[in-house]
Amino acid sequence: MAKPNSPIRLHVPEPAFRPGDTPDFSSLDIPAAGSVRRPTVDVSPEEIRDLAYGIIRVLDDAGAAVGPWDEALDSATAIRGLRYMMKTRVYDQRMVMAQRQGKTSFYMQCTGEEAVAVAQQMALQLGDMHFPTYRQQGLLIAAEHPLEELACQVFSNPGDVLQGRQLPVMYSFRDSGFFSISGNLGTQYVQAVGWAMASAIKGDSKIAAGWIGEGATAENDFHSALLYASVYNPPVILNVVNNQWAISTFQGLAAGDSATFASRAHGYGLASLRADGNDFLAVHAVSRWAAERARCGFGPTLIEWVTYRVAAHSTSDDPSQYRPQGEASAWPLGDPVERFKQHLIGRGVWSEELHAKAQEQIETEVRQAVRRAESLGTLNSGSKPSIKEMFEDVYKEMPPHLRKQRQQLGV
Amino acid sequence: MIRKLSYSQAINEALALEMERDSSVVVMGEDVCGGRGTDEPLDAWGGVLGVTKGLYAKFGDRVMDTPISESAFIGAAIGAAACGMRPVAELMFIDFLGVCLDQIANQAAKFRYMFGGKAETPVVIRTMIGGGFRAAAQHSQCWYPIFTHIPGLKVVVPSSPQDAKGLLITAIRDNDPVIFCEHKALYGIKGEVPEGSYTIPFGQANIVRPGKDVTIVALGLMVHKATQAATALAKDGIECEIVDPRTTSPLDTAKILESVRKTGRLVVVDEASGRCGMAADISAMVAQQAFASLKAQIEMVTPPFTPPPFSPVLEDAYLPDAEKVQAAVKAVLGT
Repeated sequence: MAKPNSPIRLHVPEPAFRPGDTPDFSSLDIPAAGSVRRPTVDVSPEEIRDLAYGIIRVLDDAGAAVGPWDEALDSATAIRGLRYMMKTRVYDQRMVMAQRQGKTSFYMQCTGEEAVAVAQQMALQLGDMHFPTYRQQGLLIAAEHPLEELACQVFSNPGDVLQGRQLPVMYSFRDSGFFSISGNLGTQYVQAVGWAMASAIKGDSKIAAGWIGEGATAENDFHSALLYASVYNPPVILNVVNNQWAISTFQGLAAGDSATFASRAHGYGLASLRADGNDFLAVHAVSRWAAERARCGFGPTLIEWVTYRVAAHSTSDDPSQYRPQGEASAWPLGDPVERFKQHLIGRGVWSEELHAKAQEQIETEVRQAVRRAESLGTLNSGSKPSIKEMFEDVYKEMPPHLRKQRQQLGV
Repeated sequence: MIRKLSYSQAINEALALEMERDSSVVVMGEDVCGGRGTDEPLDAWGGVLGVTKGLYAKFGDRVMDTPISESAFIGAAIGAAACGMRPVAELMFIDFLGVCLDQIANQAAKFRYMFGGKAETPVVIRTMIGGGFRAAAQHSQCWYPIFTHIPGLKVVVPSSPQDAKGLLITAIRDNDPVIFCEHKALYGIKGEVPEGSYTIPFGQANIVRPGKDVTIVALGLMVHKATQAATALAKDGIECEIVDPRTTSPLDTAKILESVRKTGRLVVVDEASGRCGMAADISAMVAQQAFASLKAQIEMVTPPFTPPPFSPVLEDAYLPDAEKVQAAVKAVLGT
């Protein structure tokens, strides 16, 4: 034991595995599916402090739905959920290919995290508002937002509703409950709380959902959001997507070695849950619980979704530089699409044949939607937005200084 | 022949030389190494564009990846600087200034003054500026005028590999907070860079190209646009003198005025907004102090008063380029 007044050493958390290591997640404490209790939605935060350290799971290793969080989701809805996840993945693959072909400059996939966005969207209602970060394209796909419009934004072509002003993947679609995505981390989290406060002030029944990655919880905005959520008790779900990696920085550098992200809520007296983000049924049930709690006026819930970022951070990143090959396949919570597929097969409402057929159908649908978008132009081909667009959409009548600057550009 | 290095290699070399020379120099920021947790040093990232790559292997724990909280690592760097360290903190994009400005503007910039001269804050904040990278409205701005506005800060905007190295060494050895603005479109450019340590003093402009007809003041990437324009104009017999102030605070007003007194004509090219920016600042200074020497109106070449757009078509139209500089030069010449 170190003696007082001996030199103090700075502690810096380190990831367990780096390239060349064999990943081993056996030290990750994963409770059995069905073992975490389900409190009533009016429970006080103090009574569920332990739920910030467990992992709520519904699907067991054999693919059966078990325990108090199993909502017995009807098969039609469940199959719809599976198809949305498959579509999200196919869309991602298509757009990464488009980026490699130079049709866009940048793309971010959500491979392995599809369940988190898709199932939560399905647990919320039309009129609720998501304040996403950059890996929740599943929200739009589960809201059945036309895929072509997403692709047009990524291609920055004349069909882009944001008129070529925003980075690819930073969509904004109010009608689909998708606020926008900020390139600067964390800002959306406080905005979600503000939107929820406004809903309460107006006496509305709508709720907001804020989204943040585990790395960005280090930003002040995360802590400010929790503060306001605790003071005003607004109807908001505060999602933390813990996908283990913030570019090259592992989750321990944002949490420290001894805390969970869910437990961050405790200092603010907020209700908090931690759940298996790769388990569609757990995400749906936990989201519905938090939504009901918010809609009944019992206030906010922070939810940590334990998942894994299978793909690179973005098309500008190469994760093989900083994490071992095979870490994704060693991830003990598996693949959300595969797990849910096995569950539905076990239920007797799905099969390998139906899955293969659905995959083919989705690929065709996505290919056609992306082609329609491409026909309007891509980043480097076809028709482009007019330079005039730089000056539009802010002023009803353009002020003289901008009119002059526009003229100077000859448009 | 002097060897050639890229702008980013020159910055990396300056950091390495200063870290070797002085153990109180530490580097911190998001993804500055992407290492730790291995027997062999691993710096997978070395900063988002690889500028700090290799430093972790050489200096180990003195290169620190930090949690994603600019106010925390800038504030911590300032605290460490006030206690005798010489931290070089990397603010990945200058656009992230919003979440750490209080630490910089109301703390670091004012410590020496507020504490009656009894405190020093030898911190360097390296940050990326500028457009042309298709990085859209929140990652393409040129916010050095905001820092220049604040007494107590020194602000550097290097335009070449040689300047970047010498100015960064000066910045690290300086006992006051320095904001070091690296243009992301310059990282790949190569130029002659002397070996070993050397410093370039702050507040000394560089005459990049001598000329007698028109003075062009430009910073960072804009020095290169101005040079392209001057080369084209030289074919028509127009000789432009390009003055690169290199630091916006302190600003070498003497050299700018000397040039304008010689040419009688001024064009200021700046990638930052024209409103309350360097172009307006330098134009006002010249109008005030060399009015009698001016033979024509001053021209400012700055982007339109809009955020930087993403679309390549829009961004290209947005940014000042050689063509716009040529037009401005012709305007002050009345041709």
